[in-house]
Amino acid sequence: MKKVTIISGKGGTGKTTLTGSFAALADKSAVMVDGDVDAANLSLILQGEKLEEHQFIASSTAVINPQSCTSCNLCRELCRFNAISEDYVVDPVACEGCSFCHFACPSEAIIMEERVSGHWFVSATPYGTLVHARLGIAEENSGKLVTAIRNKGEELAESTGVRMLIIDGPPGIGCPVIASLSGVDAALIVTEPTVSGIHDLQRVVAVCRHFEVPALVCINRCDLDLQQTERIEGYCKDENLQLAGKIPFHRAFIDSMVKGIPVVEYDQGDLTRKIRELWEALLALV
Amino acid sequence: MNSLRNRPVRNLVIASGKGGTGKTTVAVNLALALVSKDFQVQLLDCDVEEPNAHLFLKPKIEQTKTVGIPVPEIDLSKCSFCGYCAEVCSFKALAVFSEQVMVLPELCHGCGSCAYLCPEKAITEKERPIGVIESGKSGRILFSHGKLNPGEAMSPPLINAVKKEALPDRLIIIDAPPGTSCPVVTSVGGADYCLLVTEPTPFGLNDLDLAFQMIKKIGIPAGVVINRCDLGDSGVEQYCRKNSLPIVMKIPFSRKVAELYARGEAAADFLPGWRENFSELYRKIEAEQQGAK
Repeated sequence: MKKVTIISGKGGTGKTTLTGSFAALADKSAVMVDGDVDAANLSLILQGEKLEEHQFIASSTAVINPQSCTSCNLCRELCRFNAISEDYVVDPVACEGCSFCHFACPSEAIIMEERVSGHWFVSATPYGTLVHARLGIAEENSGKLVTAIRNKGEELAESTGVRMLIIDGPPGIGCPVIASLSGVDAALIVTEPTVSGIHDLQRVVAVCRHFEVPALVCINRCDLDLQQTERIEGYCKDENLQLAGKIPFHRAFIDSMVKGIPVVEYDQGDLTRKIRELWEALLALV
Repeated sequence: MNSLRNRPVRNLVIASGKGGTGKTTVAVNLALALVSKDFQVQLLDCDVEEPNAHLFLKPKIEQTKTVGIPVPEIDLSKCSFCGYCAEVCSFKALAVFSEQVMVLPELCHGCGSCAYLCPEKAITEKERPIGVIESGKSGRILFSHGKLNPGEAMSPPLINAVKKEALPDRLIIIDAPPGTSCPVVTSVGGADYCLLVTEPTPFGLNDLDLAFQMIKKIGIPAGVVINRCDLGDSGVEQYCRKNSLPIVMKIPFSRKVAELYARGEAAADFLPGWRENFSELYRKIEAEQQGAK
């Protein structure tokens, strides 16, 4: 199975909009995974019907039993996440789930309770299966949730004879990005011709290299600043990165999002042709 | 603008669920609009995965420090290979074999339980670098940001270290990362007020809802800045009305602003009215807070 991830470093460069179009172009020959589990948007474009909903449990939270607690203060001294209040109540947002207090408490007053950190879903969309998730509000373990839905996506692809997985990655370079990126066949980095876009592109390229994932680059809204676009082209050349496409700004990006459909279904002109070429370049690499 | 003493909002965080909505634009222009001889401003860029505020403020970096998290180091001459450290580690960062202990530092959260609980006292902790903090000045604005090393997964310890750079008697403006999970929670904790920057699109609305739920859960008052307010639909405004979430600023789309942003220039330095609008934004936030008290 071939796996590709769409990332950007900087947020709001057009990852999800393009992924939605790739899903439409793949036309049921791929399973989609929305790896941006703390702000998932792909389902707003692919408009699927939820077939399955599951709880995601990956960690636990300390709970202090006030009957057994002797207020010795040891747990508060040991906790490095400042999660225990003066009156010995654990703040579940601050609690890292490390269990240090549970093991250290001399009166065995602290238990670890399983914690539901989010939910994940399997949806049937007009363009194929989508696996997506919603991390609980202010929860941790986004990386583990990405890994869980990626595995589910692969399993569903295999069982239905689909040979491709398209992963819409989150912004940044941290834990959920690494979970979206490690072990895929290629990463498409969507950037924009701004100083922030270029700065963040360079950092995300470093992450791809760290995990040995071949990367190609697409410049979105390439007509916003031709000088910055040239800088990105120069950077790609210097770094031996394939520039897979340049897409100009177009109202259709916003209008199709408001309508809740992929851009390539909304616009039948030049824009769609450019997105198709980009998709084909990505397919050629894997 | 006079001194900061007795002001209701001294620590302001700029967040958003969705990326690319204009957090950094708001943070930078607010800092430029408010700073003066008598009113000191410190900007902390807590988007340590992709910090961008320095591209606009162009601070002169005067100090760089490495930030690490403590990871275990095993003294094999004391270790009895009992396996207890692996048992207590909730993050599977330790594995004990018959005559060997494996430490997986990238999985370690630095909680310290293994070192404290080891019956042989065979574990000490040493710092493993995960990134750097750079600090300096941009005109009168004091500036610090964190830069997570590429390949590192865990940003909260670095974000906490950036927040510790905050000095007293300054208006602290924090530029938070996008999303709603632990890096964002770490960035917004302890703030007096949160500005949620969004755009009027279905993506913007979906992520504003998630961010607002997070802010409510943490218990920080919030207001909304709608960026590119004339591109998209009316969903965000309806949502704000329904949830009594004040819209404290609307910024229309302007090609000029986008071009300045692309080049790394702050609009407040070039466009008339921007300083005034952002000073007004701070006054509005203060009025909101005074009204709430």
